[in-house]
Amino acid sequence: MSPRAAWRLESLGFSDVSDYVDGKVDWMAAGLPTEGTNAQHPRAGDVARRDVPTCGLTEKLGDVKARAQAQGWDAAVVVNDERVVFGLLRSKELGGDPQQLIEKAMRPGPSTYRPYVLLHEMLHTMVDHKLVNAPITTSDGRLVGLLVQADVAAALEKEK
Amino acid sequence: MPKEIRREEVRKLVAAGAQLVEVLPSPEYEEDHLPGAIHLPLRRLDTEARTILDPNRPVIVYCWDTT
Repeated sequence: MSPRAAWRLESLGFSDVSDYVDGKVDWMAAGLPTEGTNAQHPRAGDVARRDVPTCGLTEKLGDVKARAQAQGWDAAVVVNDERVVFGLLRSKELGGDPQQLIEKAMRPGPSTYRPYVLLHEMLHTMVDHKLVNAPITTSDGRLVGLLVQADVAAALEKEK
Repeated sequence: MPKEIRREEVRKLVAAGAQLVEVLPSPEYEEDHLPGAIHLPLRRLDTEARTILDPNRPVIVYCWDTT
């Protein structure tokens, strides 16, 4: 739609027209602010915990588990140097062989969600898919934080 | 020929005074739009663009995504 609008504006005499081709989805996926009726409601990116422990593929499971537990977590997100999400360690995976490498222990390719998704939509998804937590990422796969189902429910209750 | 731009360029141009225009229909604009965006749906461009927009300033249009 926006390419047609850009070309039409040029034909109407506007000489300097640009098309933000990635559009509103890209803007919102980056966690940037918006205006409008939905802007008043909390979204996944507002509630996701940004302090979730992260680790790399070549670390040992026992080290990561100890680090996570020391921070009060029973989960960790596997990322690369660019914070692109490769995998997830929930309590089940963290309970594996401490000598195992993260690359072998992790749950690879977890479903990720964008920061702009409204919380009530996220709660439905998480309940339907039995997700106690879910990584929130930008559209290019970079970790924003880990969304915890209990936090979503609490935030929605608070909003009532 | 309209230029295709990305997010960072949008922010720079808007900061420099460009007019940001959402061309989606009303419900979508009302729910969420970029800060400061003007609403001018595609179907109203022909009749309203010259009155709503300043032809002497840069214009950035956007919709939902690349599709």
